[in-house]
Amino acid sequence: MSAANTVNPPVVFTQDELGWVSWIDPLPESELTERHFAGLVDRSRAKSEYFRLLVRDPEVLEARTKTDKDIFYNVADGLPRAERELAAAATSRYNGCIYCASVHARFASTYSRRRDDVQRLLDEGVRVDLGERWNAVVKASVALAATPIAFGPENIAELRSAGLDDAEIVDVINGASFFNWANRLMLSLGEPSK
Amino acid sequence: MSTKDIIDTLAGIEPGSALDAIRAKRVQARENAQKSYLSLFEPIDTGDFSLVERAAVAAFVTGLHGESPVATFYREKLAATADGAVLLEAITGEIARGKTSGPYGAYPAGPLSAEDKAGLIYRVSAERKPVVGVRLAAALDHAHLLVFRPRDAAAADMKALLAAGWSNTGIVTFSQLVAFLSFQVRVVTGLRVLGASLGTANAA
Repeated sequence: MSAANTVNPPVVFTQDELGWVSWIDPLPESELTERHFAGLVDRSRAKSEYFRLLVRDPEVLEARTKTDKDIFYNVADGLPRAERELAAAATSRYNGCIYCASVHARFASTYSRRRDDVQRLLDEGVRVDLGERWNAVVKASVALAATPIAFGPENIAELRSAGLDDAEIVDVINGASFFNWANRLMLSLGEPSK
Repeated sequence: MSTKDIIDTLAGIEPGSALDAIRAKRVQARENAQKSYLSLFEPIDTGDFSLVERAAVAAFVTGLHGESPVATFYREKLAATADGAVLLEAITGEIARGKTSGPYGAYPAGPLSAEDKAGLIYRVSAERKPVVGVRLAAALDHAHLLVFRPRDAAAADMKALLAAGWSNTGIVTFSQLVAFLSFQVRVVTGLRVLGASLGTANAA
């Protein structure tokens, strides 16, 4: 793609806003039909190169988007949003998705008001000491992201001892697992650009 | 729902159990994880990515994660397809060749290079390439990369898929499938571990 000529890839994890450039062709906005708009869920996503690429399979995109939104935005109960975003950021840091980490580190900072701690996660990596509760969330996320999966009873015990109940633990499992989807999708199809 | 929830089935979550009640609080996530599965494995259009190819990639990806109810499920799905038996034998052999530990890979040159981690660069074996064909061989190569070293992905990998006959749309659906399975196998594992800690009946 012509845009590839202007890619300026970030070389560190950052909370700055990054762009993202596709390696294959997104659908042109002019070719989007109602089937595609249903897949986009939010019509404004037609402006995004990433979503116009994913909308090549509208049914999968729609289901993925609605899964994502409920796991992260449904805060009527369960784990606070900040810690769901922490699970997403830690997973992205460990898998190496600089773009995903930037977005969800920003969200984690916004909702937790612990921007410096979030930055330490990005700078120092997933073994950083962020206090018992965040350490347990980060460690559980990393154990789930490993292949073969390393998540076990000790992770559950640590999350419980840090004060999480079973429903909150399910939110950690969902949030961290979802980012193994998100990371691989973004990394497969394109790259971030400053 | 017309089909039984696949995550509940694979995680051994019984109706009325504690985990069933917790999952019911995220009804959109539950229903749309199911719709994701259905739109990947019972799609309305298979023109860019056939059902056999989907089953083969799924058996490979979940098998690379190690033995689990999820791996068994997709192995049986592949076995049930038309060319299933021959492909399953090839995929099983390739899983044995491809198994390793991730994530590893390289970062863009700079401060993160200190975290670069070398590991297996997998390619389908020469002997099985004629069995799986050019398209599926390219897909398995890229699927292995996404499972174990996603940060190594590069524009050249897209060119390899395009050269092997994959369309842009096929590459998107294929990437979704590998990425979705990476999610599904982890949710199932996480819920099984949590379920076991609750001491509830966790079948199989």
